[in-house]
Amino acid sequence: MVKINGENLDIAGKTIAEYLLTTSYDAKRIAVECNGAVIPKTQYGKTVLADGDSVEIVSFVGGG
Amino acid sequence: MNNDKLIIGGHEFDSRFILGSGKYSLNLIEAAIKDAGAQIITLAVRRANTKDRENILDFIPKGITLLPNTSGARNAEEAVRIARLARELGCGDFVKIEIMRDSKYLLPDNQETVRATEILAKEGFVVMPYMYPDLNTARDLVTAGAAAIMPLASPIGSNRGLATKDFIQILIDEIALPIIVDAGIGKPSQACEAMEMGAAAIMANTALATAGNLPMMAAAFRGAIEAGRKAYLAGLGRVLTRGASASDPLTGFLRD
Repeated sequence: MVKINGENLDIAGKTIAEYLLTTSYDAKRIAVECNGAVIPKTQYGKTVLADGDSVEIVSFVGGG
Repeated sequence: MNNDKLIIGGHEFDSRFILGSGKYSLNLIEAAIKDAGAQIITLAVRRANTKDRENILDFIPKGITLLPNTSGARNAEEAVRIARLARELGCGDFVKIEIMRDSKYLLPDNQETVRATEILAKEGFVVMPYMYPDLNTARDLVTAGAAAIMPLASPIGSNRGLATKDFIQILIDEIALPIIVDAGIGKPSQACEAMEMGAAAIMANTALATAGNLPMMAAAFRGAIEAGRKAYLAGLGRVLTRGASASDPLTGFLRD
């Protein structure tokens, strides 16, 4: 299982790019962190998600 | 006045009003830019969702400097993670550090803020730490590489004004960086007073977002900030601790 934004998903073995293709995130407006490290956009296709990985996908919202 | 720029981390700004976009709407952002003249707008970083297609970036015109904050961070490590993600979102190197352990009063954790500032300044961020106005912490923030210091006037969202006035004045007098008064400024007179004291800029959100007429209040803030800045540059008149001093001639009275 891979934890994406707190939710366990059965996507181990996929790359980040492959996973994002199955979602409707606005790819231009997100940043991805895997196990506490930022994954640059250029690495989405090369970063394979492994069992137990914890991924955060974030974007900007209003805030002070 | 034309050469009177606000300089943060080598970047120049004409406006001394920073908009917090917490309670944001298209109207707020429009009013803040058009009527208050804001050139810097803060943003927060949160988990993205796949349902809401609306993105705040769609509302912010080009040429506005984005200032992501680290709200949600409870310690330096979390703030650093959020700042790195914000930079990866591709809107520049500015970051406002906001670290809170306390959710009732939303007061910043000064110690953790110094730690995060040191790490992020080394990574090339333009670091603007939100802090409780304390001179020793402010000095530590300078040493840590902060580009400006953002002391709170009163608790976030309270509109209660300059509760920490004396301590902000100490920062203004002793710290060479821009002192940007953040949080709690509720009305233009308070913004004006902070600027008269020598604050470099004012950040506000709730004061505008909860005002009756948003564009009119934005314009009022702009006027107040400009008036306060001019008064500071002009040098305020002196205050007598007691007695009076005649402002009219003391000769030629129509008597005797």
